[in-house]
Amino acid sequence: MNCRSEVLEVSVEGRQVDEAMLALLHTILLHRSTGKFHYKKEGTYSIGTVGTQDIDCDFIDFTFVRVSSDELDRVIRKAVAEFKDALNITGSDGMGQISLEFYQKKKSRWPFSDECIPWEVWTIKVNVVNLANEQERQICREKVGEKLGEKVINVVEVINRHEYLPKMPTQSEVDNVFDTSLKDVQPYLYKITYQITDSLGTSVSTTMRRLIKDTLAL
Amino acid sequence: MYVLMQAYAMMESDLSPQDKKDLDKFIKFFALKTVQVIVQARLGEKICTRSSSSPTGSDWFNLAIKDIPEVTHEAKKALAGQLPGIGRSMCVEISLKTSEGDSMELETWCLEMNEKCDKDIKVSYTVYNRLSLLLKSLLAITRVTPAYKLSRKQGHDYVILYRIYFGEVQLAGLGEGFQTVRVGIVGTPTGTITLSCAYRTNLAFMSTRQFERAAPIMGIIIDHFVERPFGNVGHMHPCNYRAPGEEEGGAFAGVEDSQEVCTTSFSTSPPSQLYTSRLSYQPPALGAAELCHPGTCTAAHPHQMVAPGKEGGVPQVPMQPCHGAQADHGHVSSCPTGDATHHIPATPPSSGEDAEALSRSSEVKSTSPSDPLDATFTRKVGAFVNKPTTQVTTAGLDLPFAAFAPRAYELEENDPMVHPPDSPATSSPLQGSLHSQASSDNGGQTQEDFVMVDFKPAFSKDDLLPMDLGTFYREFQNPPQLASLSIDVSTQSMAEDLDSLPEKLAIYEKNIDEFDAFVDTLQ
Repeated sequence: MNCRSEVLEVSVEGRQVDEAMLALLHTILLHRSTGKFHYKKEGTYSIGTVGTQDIDCDFIDFTFVRVSSDELDRVIRKAVAEFKDALNITGSDGMGQISLEFYQKKKSRWPFSDECIPWEVWTIKVNVVNLANEQERQICREKVGEKLGEKVINVVEVINRHEYLPKMPTQSEVDNVFDTSLKDVQPYLYKITYQITDSLGTSVSTTMRRLIKDTLAL
Repeated sequence: MYVLMQAYAMMESDLSPQDKKDLDKFIKFFALKTVQVIVQARLGEKICTRSSSSPTGSDWFNLAIKDIPEVTHEAKKALAGQLPGIGRSMCVEISLKTSEGDSMELETWCLEMNEKCDKDIKVSYTVYNRLSLLLKSLLAITRVTPAYKLSRKQGHDYVILYRIYFGEVQLAGLGEGFQTVRVGIVGTPTGTITLSCAYRTNLAFMSTRQFERAAPIMGIIIDHFVERPFGNVGHMHPCNYRAPGEEEGGAFAGVEDSQEVCTTSFSTSPPSQLYTSRLSYQPPALGAAELCHPGTCTAAHPHQMVAPGKEGGVPQVPMQPCHGAQADHGHVSSCPTGDATHHIPATPPSSGEDAEALSRSSEVKSTSPSDPLDATFTRKVGAFVNKPTTQVTTAGLDLPFAAFAPRAYELEENDPMVHPPDSPATSSPLQGSLHSQASSDNGGQTQEDFVMVDFKPAFSKDDLLPMDLGTFYREFQNPPQLASLSIDVSTQSMAEDLDSLPEKLAIYEKNIDEFDAFVDTLQ
């Protein structure tokens, strides 16, 4: 199975990074989350209800819709905050990328650990720009708002191609497909990673390190 | 035409009757929910609905989308018992109308169907889930088109209106160069459903003459307002909602839940087990609370072959609710719910609706969720009246459209925010003048529309000192003007200055050498 990979690029001002990332990540997760599964006898299951919430951005002329789940929002905000800190700390030109990867777990026999097989990866490339005055910032607010709108349309276009989605799991396998840790919604299993491009153009990759760690772990 | 009909008949025969019935139901409710999402996105307010881990049976497509009764009513009227199909599109037109009477179509959302069929697709599972995904996409896209920002700013200057029509798509009113965005598509055995939006890019105003055109399909306006200052809006409906008899804020009391219980239960087990469970399911008596949870219903699809673990899980379509059929006939009945807080009157379902054996005794009602969903679905008084702020009262002020806010005005008399008995300082000059007027009346007189309250500043005790804070405040509210600022004094001194000017100039000329010497020392 080939993993579907999509790349979105945005140029934002420093204080817009958080909201731009949240807008795109939440838009993707809105489409990749279902209600909580409740398995019953005879293999039947029912699905809970997903609520939605409009979020106005403070630094961008944009409103996005996210799943009504404070738990999920906290997790995403934490990841975005780490990404932003990393962008600020390293001697970068303000370039980096954050990836949202949906995967399935495949049980392996002992002593091998479970395999994580990605089936969809969204990469958001960010370029942070510095603006000189308030007028430019105002223009940037509107321009970034329009750009994010285009990105949302791109996301929706990809999702509505109805390409591969993991099969609905039985009760014993639900944790291999979905993240069942949240109380109110159930997104597909996902992980968020980021890379920062430093001023020399080389990428300080956290995913590479993790890959190596995973391979060596037995 | 004959060939098409034949092909259509063949397609129909490939679909089992139960699947066909389910598909029609899904398309119908998808159309209704689509209209709700679009209109609610143009109300001008942020929408918020709560997630619920337990299915309530009234949330179609597993999404918490509220139903505004008026919008559902208009949508059903437009559909008139038909479903969107090939050549029959359902359209929601969003337009803007200014207070001067200029109007402009902003966008048209189209729910269409084409002939491309996907015969292999499983109706009750895959189609259902893809329709759910499409609704989520619609939620996202409705916030992205230009009309969203306009709708968030609607108020005194303009309002956003909606119109639902069925039939051929009309895009001529969008002007030249309109853009189209496709929200998504879902293939079904009878055709492919497509949802798209065409939106205007040229925002120059049209003349009112262009607004008069062929008679619309829909006629009656449901008037929320006492008067309509925007003149003849004909067939359009304002994109704001205020349930009659409601108080400001609070829960979304006017919500009408879906008239049919929706599919919320799915299965990963083989059909034989389901069939057995259906036969063994003993429907309890009418009104039992357990019935309200459709998750326990196991109306099976004995014809579907499903193996566990596959993507096509068999959904549990619940017992056929009689009021679903009633809704089809345009007659809405509210069934008794287990939730007393919503005060829905218990009305028995009308007879002779469905032939299904289990429909009568095992009626699953559309329940309001026992937890009132905390929708922060705030409503406006009207498009032309801003919700009264704490600083301004409509009484006695010359506000435009003040006649539209009789309810809010009544509430304001007792609103502690407007008549704060305890505030020591005023937050606005207007409120300040109200207070000073009240205090100067010595607490004895009552103004026409105000409740007279003694001025009691916070944190002050009036028992020990002869002059308390309140008295001090009252006495020093109107201090005398400063002498230097009084006009008489200034005019007098200026006249004197002018008179003495020639003398002063003569003195300076005499001492000019001294001045020059002084300047030299500075250099």
